[in-house]
Amino acid sequence: MSVLVVVECDGGEVKKSSLEVASYGSQVAQMLGTTATAVAVGEATEANLAKLGEQGISKVLYDAEPRLKDFVNGAYTKLIAAAAEKESAQVIVLANSNIGAAVGSRLSVRLKASLATNVVELPKNDGGSFTVKRGAFSGKAFADVVLSGDRKILAVKKNSIEALHEAGKTATVESFSASLSDADFADAPKQVVMQDQAGGVLLPEADRVVSGGRGMKGPENWHLIEDLAKALGAATACSKPVSDVDWRPHHEHVGQTGITVSPNLYIACGISGAIQHLAGVNSSKVIVVINKDPEAPFFKAADYGIVGDVFEVLPKLTQAVKELN
Amino acid sequence: MKFLVCISNVPDTTTKITFTPDNKEFNKAGVQFVINPWDEYALTRAIELKEAQGSGTVTVLNVGEADTEPNIRKALAIGADDAIRVNAAPKDAYFVAEQIAAIAKEGAYDVILMGKESIDYNGFQVHGMVGEMLGIPTVAPAMKLDMSANTATLEREIEGGKEIVEVNTPFVASCQQPMCEPRIPNMRGIMTARTKPLKVVEPVGEGARTSVAEYALPPKKQGVKLIPAESAGELIKLLRNEAKVI
Repeated sequence: MSVLVVVECDGGEVKKSSLEVASYGSQVAQMLGTTATAVAVGEATEANLAKLGEQGISKVLYDAEPRLKDFVNGAYTKLIAAAAEKESAQVIVLANSNIGAAVGSRLSVRLKASLATNVVELPKNDGGSFTVKRGAFSGKAFADVVLSGDRKILAVKKNSIEALHEAGKTATVESFSASLSDADFADAPKQVVMQDQAGGVLLPEADRVVSGGRGMKGPENWHLIEDLAKALGAATACSKPVSDVDWRPHHEHVGQTGITVSPNLYIACGISGAIQHLAGVNSSKVIVVINKDPEAPFFKAADYGIVGDVFEVLPKLTQAVKELN
Repeated sequence: MKFLVCISNVPDTTTKITFTPDNKEFNKAGVQFVINPWDEYALTRAIELKEAQGSGTVTVLNVGEADTEPNIRKALAIGADDAIRVNAAPKDAYFVAEQIAAIAKEGAYDVILMGKESIDYNGFQVHGMVGEMLGIPTVAPAMKLDMSANTATLEREIEGGKEIVEVNTPFVASCQQPMCEPRIPNMRGIMTARTKPLKVVEPVGEGARTSVAEYALPPKKQGVKLIPAESAGELIKLLRNEAKVI
């Protein structure tokens, strides 16, 4: 019996969301009086995997098969299922990411496990069944979900758990082979295309987000958003009407039918705060709203606000951040 | 080619969410239900592909009680050919996936499409479960879908980019924007939808693996602290010293 954590890696590094998942998994292991093992997917280095000891992981399984560098649903599912069997894992923890959701749902059927996604807290162990809090209604509510059965899979929402950090602790890295065949790679990507990210920060992974709405008046004014985002080390985002008229790409659209984000800081510029937009951002830790309309509904959901013209306020904020650094 | 499009019945996106006094169930009183917005991408794209091929069928599938029929008829009005309703309240993702898998198997559908997730429960699970139950590939979430004979080319969203994936039929895909421009029904569609077949079947399978013990609303915000626009820079100091987020 153990807890298995699925760690996503990219360019040799462990993703930030996976450090959170590793921390979550090791806390669940502690609760159950067992140890947490990780299985790494993507391109990883042994040194970085060993550092997962700092998140409480004792051992990392790593299959160095080069075709696993990019996500392949069939192969990843088989690899993780094999790791779960090897470790007799009763609990599997993964990120509530596109990879986590795609693999977690297949694994739940293959391993006869109950599954909760969008998990925001550690589970309560109630004599074998788990009760765990998850986001529901697109961020407008939470649900306490009961998972029964011997095996459980939890997909943890980003930024909802603090990553542990015990400096100097290391995990042992073990090479692991799931004996993958060509058939397991039938759905391998033919091509992977990365988008240009303003300042190089990925929106779903971001700690800070600067977002613009129709109040920005046009795409030619987006440099104001980008300048502040760059100074803050933030990702850029937008509201639905902005992506609908192609001022910004769809992958920056935050809201009920776009990306749901939960950064530590969300700065909304010229966004009035329709209920669908709020649904996508209201689990952010701190919300700042800048709008010239004092009646904008977003102010009700904000922690800090400035009633003013974004074209005057944004340069001042960027300047203030630069002075701070 | 036979398309199966799974739709769920969800509260309209403008709905203020409330629960029954014991917090055990969503309070449906006065709430308008719509086709899950993500599912509209799946539905429209299936209809577009069928039209482009000049043959084939689009079947709509919903797991729900009789009150979901207005939205099933709406899907027929948008252009689906026929519909199946599994007569049961959807208990959890596993339960719904079992129903879809059983119907997909029986009808030998080539392409099974659905939205990325439902906007009420946000499980983002059903696609993978159906794929695994049927032993066929799943592509989730897909932003683009093109078909050529029995091969589909899809763009799949990954964090920070996209993958181009090719799969052969049968396969499952969960859909999201910008796959297509969702259609709204026209008058002719609404008239013909009344006469299109809607079959009602009873649920099968082992049942749900999870249940909801209680719902809760997020804690209320303390209230906004306003900073005068002239001294906007003060905000940055507050974010560092008071909120400690930069």
